[in-house]
Amino acid sequence: MDTMKNVVLGMLLLFVTFSIQAQETLDGAELSEVKKNKNAKYDIEVNGNCEQCQKRIQNAAYSVKGVKSAVWHMDDHMLHLIINEEKCSLLDVKKAVASVGHDTDEVTATDEIYEKLHGCCKYDRK
Amino acid sequence: MKKIKIAIMLLFSIVTFSQEKLEEVKVEKTKKGIQKSLKKTTNTQVVTSKELLKAACCNLAESFETNPSIDVNFSDALTGTKQIRMLGLTSPYLMITEENIPSVRGASQAYGLSFTPGTWIESIQITKGAGSVVNGYESITGQINTELLKPMNDIPFFLNAYGSNDSRYELNTHFNRKISDKWATSLLIHGNTRVSKNDMNHDHFLDNPLGKQFNINNRWQYSNPESGWVSFFNVRLMKDEKQTGEVDFNPNRDKFTTNYWGSEINTDRLDLASKVGYVFKNRPFQSIGFQNAFSNHNQQSYFGLNQYDIKQQSYYSNLIFNSIINNTMNKFTTGLNFTYDKYDEFVNLVDVSRIDNSVGAFFEYTYDDNDKFSYILGARLDYHNRLGAFFTPRLHMRYNPWDKAVMRFSAGRGKRAANIYAENQQLFGSSRNFSVLDTNGKIYDLDPEIAWNYGVSFSQNFMFFGKSADIGFDFYRTDFQNQAIVDVMQSPQEVLFYNLRGKSYANSLQLEFNIEIVKHFNLRTAYKYYDIATDYLSGSFQRPLQAKHRFLGNIEYATHISDEGQQWRLDATVNWLGQQQLPTTASNPAIDRLPEFSSSFATLNMQVTLQQSSTFEMYFGGENIGNYRQDNPILGAHNPFGATFDSSIVYGPVFGQMYYAGLRFKIK
Repeated sequence: MDTMKNVVLGMLLLFVTFSIQAQETLDGAELSEVKKNKNAKYDIEVNGNCEQCQKRIQNAAYSVKGVKSAVWHMDDHMLHLIINEEKCSLLDVKKAVASVGHDTDEVTATDEIYEKLHGCCKYDRK
Repeated sequence: MKKIKIAIMLLFSIVTFSQEKLEEVKVEKTKKGIQKSLKKTTNTQVVTSKELLKAACCNLAESFETNPSIDVNFSDALTGTKQIRMLGLTSPYLMITEENIPSVRGASQAYGLSFTPGTWIESIQITKGAGSVVNGYESITGQINTELLKPMNDIPFFLNAYGSNDSRYELNTHFNRKISDKWATSLLIHGNTRVSKNDMNHDHFLDNPLGKQFNINNRWQYSNPESGWVSFFNVRLMKDEKQTGEVDFNPNRDKFTTNYWGSEINTDRLDLASKVGYVFKNRPFQSIGFQNAFSNHNQQSYFGLNQYDIKQQSYYSNLIFNSIINNTMNKFTTGLNFTYDKYDEFVNLVDVSRIDNSVGAFFEYTYDDNDKFSYILGARLDYHNRLGAFFTPRLHMRYNPWDKAVMRFSAGRGKRAANIYAENQQLFGSSRNFSVLDTNGKIYDLDPEIAWNYGVSFSQNFMFFGKSADIGFDFYRTDFQNQAIVDVMQSPQEVLFYNLRGKSYANSLQLEFNIEIVKHFNLRTAYKYYDIATDYLSGSFQRPLQAKHRFLGNIEYATHISDEGQQWRLDATVNWLGQQQLPTTASNPAIDRLPEFSSSFATLNMQVTLQQSSTFEMYFGGENIGNYRQDNPILGAHNPFGATFDSSIVYGPVFGQMYYAGLRFKIK
């Protein structure tokens, strides 16, 4: 029984240290300004129309390593991002989104890819 | 004055702490009474306060009358308390939480649901199947979480008065004040009473207990979106008194005598709870929460010559950390919890007191592809002084195979200590002898209950001749590895408790069809099949007092809200129950013998609400309008101190028709 108790206590300790470590690394990044921001927030405009676009845009954003959160709003066409700048840049995300057919301010999709979009997804290009 | 208040709150927060998933603080607009999601990983439905207005619904126990997933059983003739079942198993196999803090457990198992007034409830989440590991290891067939009104969103004043022809009166008053843009507080006051004696079936026993309940809840909510801190504090006091038994029973004169048979059940309860949560700056996907709850529950009671007292002091603490792995498609929740329960329990003056404590760690991983597929894989490891060290794995999966359809799968393990006396205390209202047949276990000499639950479900929304409709089915199986068997199949003079010897399982199948016939006119139907079999000493039987077939139909109709804010709402609910296995009475003399199975029957409930304006409404309704009454709800009523007396065999309504009326008044 005592060995069982020790095993459980050991497991508990592991869990605690895991959580604490996870936090330390995250907070450490904030302290040193030399390092790049691990939780940089950006709101960018991405052109699109419908729910299908939403899935496509978000999935493209998530395909970039370092994107932690990507939420695209259908009403104002804003993509709300939280990215780890040590792993990727905002431009990487814009490129990824454009590569599946959605225009951003800096990077636009090729006409060929845009034309392949589903009918309801063919947004008005600027 | 304000500073003192805050200082008190801070002091209090040091003693007792807590929190929950921060995202859930959001208010949901009520569209439908029952909301089902195609995107949620678990088979969860949300019952909104709108649904709760459909029935008399005086407390949480009575708020499931129109719900297909939960069966409300008829209260035993004695206590008038309604028991609920999910997947055919009684509430001890469910995890019942209030704002994610386990609430109905241990000593409060029998009457706990009647200690939460219906008007306090903002919404109820009902999850079928194993459920999350975050709140503990005890849930087996599902979880019911109740969210109470939130001080930040509540209206300044609410009043509800209710009266019925079975002489039950209720008064609910809510006060709410926003102290600053960060602090808000609510004071919820409930009182109910049943003053006169009813004996509609002339068996010289009360059909419903006389009773009084006083219940007061003071809630504080702090929310500061800029800093990311949120918290809740709750203080609640409850006093409940019931008297039941023979009509002529007078407690002062007849208590512990054989003049007349009678019973009193008095409960005092104090609850303190706190939650503190923090959402990390610039990382909205990461949060930490700490919840703490203390309760003191004291029930003093006697049932004829049987005496039962139980006092439970309980402390619960849960530390929760939510974050992501790489991105928000991969979320996790991890944490630690601790529970301590001190029971002072006396069964006919025999001391069966005990102390339980447990500490555990959990980790739950959620994957969601933001499209068609998601799963939640959770596990926890606990050490409990009586249950030992054990591992609890649970899995939920969701897949949308095509448009407007969802398939789900779940599997999981649950383990619990059965409080055999507290959970089965209706049996004290009989001349049964209580015996525990095992000797080696750590919980009343019994072993812990262990069960696996597996389930699949499918649901499809579609247009049916231009009307929005949905159809669904689910099938769940619970397999007991061990169960604390409550055997009333051996002899009508005995109840035996022992560890499962052989097999025990529960299969449940539910078919559902819902349609909006015209706008504001909805039909809800459900058929349920239960096969719940247990190997008793005398052979394998279906679980007593459980119908194999059940049908539920509910119609709701509402007129358009006029410019003056006027609206009529109509609700009707039909419940049909098939035959139910009855406890064995074969060895009783012929006069006190019941058939092996009850007959099937149906009940009809209706309610009409007239909303005068957005601030005032009246309602009136009837329950069991067809006036079905169970014959002979109290076996051996002619000789209550004789060997055949049993008030626990109730399979249908005792009282017959019940009519009620009430009003609701709001200041917005």
